Amino acid sequence: MNHLHDGKIKELEEQANAIRQTIIEMLIEAGSGHTAGPLGMADIFTAFYFHILNHNPKDPFFEDRDRLILSNGHIVPVRYATMAHAGYFSIDEAKTLRKFGSRMQGHPERERLPEMESTSGPLGSGLSQAAGIAYGARMDGRKFYVYCLMSDAEHQAGNLWEGAMFAGANKLSNLIGVIDRNNIQINGMTEEVMPLEPLRDKYEAFGWHVIDVDGHNIEAFVDSIEEAKAIFEVPTVIIAHTIPGKGIEGIEFDYKWHGKPPKGEEGERFLRELRTLGGKIKSEHE
Amino acid sequence: MINEDAKIHPDWLNRDELESKSTRDGYGRGVVEAGEQDERVVVLCADLAESTRSHWFKEAFPDRYIEMGVAEQNLATVASGLANYGKIPFITSYAAFSPGRNNEQIRTTISLNNVPVKICGMHAGVSVGPDGATHQQLEDIALMQAQPNMSVVVPCDVEEARKATLASAFNGKPMYLRFGRGNTPIFTTAESPFEIGKAQYIWRGGSPEAAVIACGGLVYNALIAAKELADEGISVTVLNNHTVKPMDRSAIVEAAQEAGAVVTVEEHQITSGMGSAVANILVQEYPVPMEYIGVHDTFGQSGDPDELIEHYGMGVSHIKEAVRKVISRKK
Repeated sequence: MNHLHDGKIKELEEQANAIRQTIIEMLIEAGSGHTAGPLGMADIFTAFYFHILNHNPKDPFFEDRDRLILSNGHIVPVRYATMAHAGYFSIDEAKTLRKFGSRMQGHPERERLPEMESTSGPLGSGLSQAAGIAYGARMDGRKFYVYCLMSDAEHQAGNLWEGAMFAGANKLSNLIGVIDRNNIQINGMTEEVMPLEPLRDKYEAFGWHVIDVDGHNIEAFVDSIEEAKAIFEVPTVIIAHTIPGKGIEGIEFDYKWHGKPPKGEEGERFLRELRTLGGKIKSEHE
Repeated sequence: MINEDAKIHPDWLNRDELESKSTRDGYGRGVVEAGEQDERVVVLCADLAESTRSHWFKEAFPDRYIEMGVAEQNLATVASGLANYGKIPFITSYAAFSPGRNNEQIRTTISLNNVPVKICGMHAGVSVGPDGATHQQLEDIALMQAQPNMSVVVPCDVEEARKATLASAFNGKPMYLRFGRGNTPIFTTAESPFEIGKAQYIWRGGSPEAAVIACGGLVYNALIAAKELADEGISVTVLNNHTVKPMDRSAIVEAAQEAGAVVTVEEHQITSGMGSAVANILVQEYPVPMEYIGVHDTFGQSGDPDELIEHYGMGVSHIKEAVRKVISRKK
């Protein structure tokens, strides 16, 4: 992996837009689920599956693959959509989200879909699991990276800080955390519900290297991963500043879109907006 | 009489001659043996290395011992990650804290995730003694047996605890193993058979009038009660039902069919323990009168282990009384 050239950045941005459309289509089909978080993390998931991760959809369990642990399981539609676009399964299967008998469970389940790497949903437990994988891998001299994607609000859970303390104490530099810092949670804005700031200082106090980055600037995000990999002494956490509901005007930043899907005509409007990049493209989609 | 197949210690009846040890020592020895056999075995401990006996593993394999500090939720979830990667983690704390405090983490990241973490709960039951109710875990079997994918084993003495620990290392499944703090008589031997999921008769009277189904350190009390009842002309069987889940269904049904009445014995809340699981089987397959020996919906308190066992109705005399009562209910 290396720095991105302009053509590749444009390609990834278009890929992220296609993934956002798939997310909306999945949520319309499902009739329930989370909208804001998945849209907000589409750029980062695109960066992971189309540039950062050492992975292979055709051989998903090879021993030295990078591990991507999704701690905040509720944003899993973005992971299903991205993995479908990456070739793990069909987009049609991704659209069986939340349906009876589907591998696309409402929250990810490793037993039904081992490519998820772990089961998650209850918040605050992913970082510790990622730390356990990183610890075991280091014991055996393995070189892969363990990435843990977290929400911001799950930093209100004690288990998460136990994991942060453990990873810091054991200097797990093969562990890279990514926080979706979108500032919203179910009951409102994080700083009003239960303040998280100063988040950077907290991680630094726990022995981590901290990077702040624009979570919608794929080039900058890829650079932040490169920086994290260059840190050999301590674990790194990337605080990715994102916009919940990114890509659809009117729902961006609105915490009320945390846990509901678009309904009926609303969904069609969202899709139209994504296809025309917010009206910037006049085409047959109009 | 003693079931010869169980290879019980010849001095089993002579409490003064019989050595006593805590079942946690059996964990400590067993996990070192497991570590010798397979380098994937790792031990995680939440600041209780000596009292969980994990320090023996730490001395033998310092690079495979992972200190967690006072953080039982992290204990379970880091172990989940280690098992997910390919290690065989044993996690150790007091049962009051693990699986007491970290139940949801165990449910989601170990049981539902279906990864082979071995949860070792120490100091279970009132027999912890002076520490009092906060540390006397009486609900752990309830928590663990309710979770799909999880197996539950309650060894009866230090020797069986060693065997159970060793056996659990290599079955590839999530496991809960329950150990006590107090020294209890070592009445089984290295030759005594042990298999996860297979209950073992240790006492079989001719034409038994009741079956006593027990687990943990109280199996010895059940054995003594059986001997005393035999001397008084009452014949029973005693089944060491160490595996609460998956329970040896056919052995339970056969014991009930043979005796026509059952008494269960455990150091746990009777509302949701081993006895409840026995009742669950029998009510479906062969209902018979049942009595429960265990803790009756109350918390414990400080005291000496023996006086607490007596106070909460789990002594030899209580088992005998329950046997007489259950036999009387048959008529």
